Amino acid sequence: MKYAYFPGCSLKGTGRAYEESLLPVLRHLGVEVQEIEDWNCCGATAYMAVDEGKACAAAARNLALAERTGLRQMLAPCSACYLVLNKAQHYLNEYPAMRRVVTRALDSVGLQCRGDTAVRHPLDVLLHDVGLDAIKQKVTRPLTGLKVAPYYGCQIVRPYATFDDQANPESMDKLLAALGATVVRWPLKTKCCGGSLTGTLPEAGLRLSYILLKEALKRGADVIATVCPLCQFNLDSYHAKIAARWEPVRIPTVYFSQLMGLAFGLPAEQTVLHRGMVPLRFEPAPAAHA
Amino acid sequence: MKATRDEVRIGFYVCHCGHNIAALVDCPAVARYVGTLPGVVLSRDYKYMCSDPGQELIQQDIREHRLNRVVVASCSPLLHEHTFRSAVEAGGLNPFYFHMVNIREHDSWVHTDRILATEKAKALARAAIERVAHHKPLEIKKVPIHPDVLVVGGGIAGIHAALTLANAGKKVYLVEREPSIGGHMARFDKTFPTLDCAACILTPKMSEVGSHPNITLWTYSEVVKVDGYVGNYTVQVKRKARYIHEDLCTGCQDCIANCVYKEPKFADEFNEGLGKRKPVFIPFPQATPQVVLIDPEVCLNFKRNKNPDGTPVVSDKCKKTCVEACGERGAIDFTQKDELREIRVGTIIVCTGFQTFDARRVPAYGYGIYPNVYTALEIERLVNASGPTGGEVVLRGPKNPDGTPRKPRSIGIIHCVGSRDKKTNLWCSRVCCMYSMKLAHLLKEHTGAEIYNFYIDIRTPGKGYEEFYNKLLEEGTHFIRGRVGEVTDWAMTPEEEGKLVIRVEDTLAGVVRRIPVDMVVLATGLEPRADAAEVRRLFNMSCGGDGWFLERHPKLAPVNTFTDGVFLAGCCQGPKDIPDTVAQAGAAAAEALALIDRGYVEQEPNTAHILDNECSGCKSCIPLCPYTAILFDETRQKAYINEALCKGCGTCVGSCPSGSIVQNLFEDEEIFSEIRGVLAYD
Repeated sequence: MKYAYFPGCSLKGTGRAYEESLLPVLRHLGVEVQEIEDWNCCGATAYMAVDEGKACAAAARNLALAERTGLRQMLAPCSACYLVLNKAQHYLNEYPAMRRVVTRALDSVGLQCRGDTAVRHPLDVLLHDVGLDAIKQKVTRPLTGLKVAPYYGCQIVRPYATFDDQANPESMDKLLAALGATVVRWPLKTKCCGGSLTGTLPEAGLRLSYILLKEALKRGADVIATVCPLCQFNLDSYHAKIAARWEPVRIPTVYFSQLMGLAFGLPAEQTVLHRGMVPLRFEPAPAAHA
Repeated sequence: MKATRDEVRIGFYVCHCGHNIAALVDCPAVARYVGTLPGVVLSRDYKYMCSDPGQELIQQDIREHRLNRVVVASCSPLLHEHTFRSAVEAGGLNPFYFHMVNIREHDSWVHTDRILATEKAKALARAAIERVAHHKPLEIKKVPIHPDVLVVGGGIAGIHAALTLANAGKKVYLVEREPSIGGHMARFDKTFPTLDCAACILTPKMSEVGSHPNITLWTYSEVVKVDGYVGNYTVQVKRKARYIHEDLCTGCQDCIANCVYKEPKFADEFNEGLGKRKPVFIPFPQATPQVVLIDPEVCLNFKRNKNPDGTPVVSDKCKKTCVEACGERGAIDFTQKDELREIRVGTIIVCTGFQTFDARRVPAYGYGIYPNVYTALEIERLVNASGPTGGEVVLRGPKNPDGTPRKPRSIGIIHCVGSRDKKTNLWCSRVCCMYSMKLAHLLKEHTGAEIYNFYIDIRTPGKGYEEFYNKLLEEGTHFIRGRVGEVTDWAMTPEEEGKLVIRVEDTLAGVVRRIPVDMVVLATGLEPRADAAEVRRLFNMSCGGDGWFLERHPKLAPVNTFTDGVFLAGCCQGPKDIPDTVAQAGAAAAEALALIDRGYVEQEPNTAHILDNECSGCKSCIPLCPYTAILFDETRQKAYINEALCKGCGTCVGSCPSGSIVQNLFEDEEIFSEIRGVLAYD
């Protein structure tokens, strides 16, 4: 199993804990990744809203670079990257006018994009390519007793529900259960975290983060597991402001990959739990048979 | 009259069909072109060929110009081939000296370029001119119709159709899959908009079916095979083992009272699983026939492991107190097996109904997640006096601290669940607005709760329906326009704690609202049954892209199918309410009666026959025939075709290695000259 790897800007910046924990986990499971050379920003959701043609060309450049690696599948862990690359792919294949714009732009830098690379999310790869059985075999320190609220955010299931249900995704639930954790049932799995509104319209944005954190605590969760750098940032970084405006709702928010590393018994520099603002204090015991 | 190529005198007519054809096809130009072709003695264009003057024109021309072939270029032969054949016959010609060209559905309606469409019309016309010269006179055969009728499905549609036919003196077989007739209607509490009790109006008809001398009622039975053709169908029906001899069971139900299970334990299908039944049971008090059945899945006298073919194995482990209770009547028989019966009928009415949309497919509405989310059908049982709670509306979820069941004080009814939605079903299910309002009224009556209806549009097209809506508005039921986003249990305020919160954009007020309620009712839509595709193949019917069985014409042949002698009624054709279903069932019965009372059907002579001298007796055609119309004469070692069974599909014609099978109207020279005609046009 080998995938072209598109980290995206977040995974090199605020979301570095995601990359730092995900890559060792994939290696541990025998999944090979090859980082695409000279990749550029996917444009995120903001650029699409400003200029679809240019945004699509920017995203398609990454698809073209991925095609050049000869690998048929591409891993995009960041939710925004995953959505935008998928969207660009759809646009190229469904709208001939858009394909013409993109082809001209790529042509000017000597690139071509067929538009047939499968853009995959790590959850999709872990569940459907690696499989839960293989993951369970690697669990040496099951997360017994850890109550986790699985948080998917909006972008990996909307508008394209490619590998999970749109309204009630369950892939991370299954993954966390395989790690031995207790999955908390909460109905806010795909409710918006506030996105970039936390920066531009804090009153509205922070309120959405507050609702998520409060409900997770209320349902007895010890930690929120997420798949998205922006969600993780919003839920982890604004506790002081939220406490000042409403009430303290302190609960750690980590990437699912960090919990996987923890359950696999990977060293601390590969689970990078110290990067969280609200620390997760949980030491899983070795499995009885291990 | 025998016409050779030399004597051919063709009359050609191109129809404008108002603007339908003339807008895209230059009809006079087509007529002028065809007039130059060999054999054509007369070529005209005319505004409406199907009109009486149009038909008279043909007849007059046949006489005056001694025409012996006629070609009309107009609409689809499905619509008017019969009209023109009759006109040609009235003019004194054999009707099969006529040929029709479709320049409407195949040309003007599907193209946008007038010049190219005109050229296409000319090419198609030329093909027909070449072909018609080779036509031969043929004879329409008459085949008698078997007077018995098969009605498939014992819901209100099947019941009404069967009774109509039986009252007209026809013998009817009514085959129903479930152990009792009654269908969905038997489960409803009241019916809209009059609020008369569903059971009160349905059960008299059910018992009439049960006791009617002209109706053979087979419940717990399924049609497994249909052979034959209009007027002469042979049908195989599987009568599933109910482990009870229907003729011996008196319906006393002593066996149920004496079952080793003292209390009912298993989910009761009739009550949507809200109630319980025993392994030996009768579906509901008014079930017809009044015959119990035994569920081998849970009865202790059967093993849990089945035979390799799926049939149950008797364990004989039970004390069989039911058999004791039955005593001398001896109706219980654990060794009963499924039984195949063969019947002969002339016509078939399919009334197989619908299934309700599975609310689990919209997880955002929480059915199966939150116990207090219900489907509308569950509520029908819950408010029913003979339902699992005796008509008391209590919640399925956590009980009061003192152990009594909670009663809802606020109820939200969500319309259009699984309807009018690109993600599920596109269509409007037609009955949900009305039944939602009926349930709103009944729930208010039973509980006094605040009721909220969440709707996209209120659709009340029916007699007294809009008035019913107004009544509900006056009763103080709340109506909120907006498709509900989700039903959830995360509370934002103390008032929301422990409630189900309905999140919805109120599109009239222009705000997003959160409405906490105790109970949510999902107005699930109607959809084709899961096995509709198999049923469709069984009866050789068509279906639309949505899966509903297709009527022959949406306006003018609403109960006919594309298979002669097979009719449709009720929701298997599309969502409809009880009045429409009954009207359609009556119409289907009338169509069947019209066929039966005429006594015969005319058979298209487009059948195949085998040239005796050339048949090598290889038998390769025999297994290919879908209608088992080809037989083999052992003494002469030749195959021959039963023309009464042949449907003119042409499969054998194409497959015969020696080319010795010929099909009327599709003979080699007819087909080849038609192809030549299209190709010769440039």
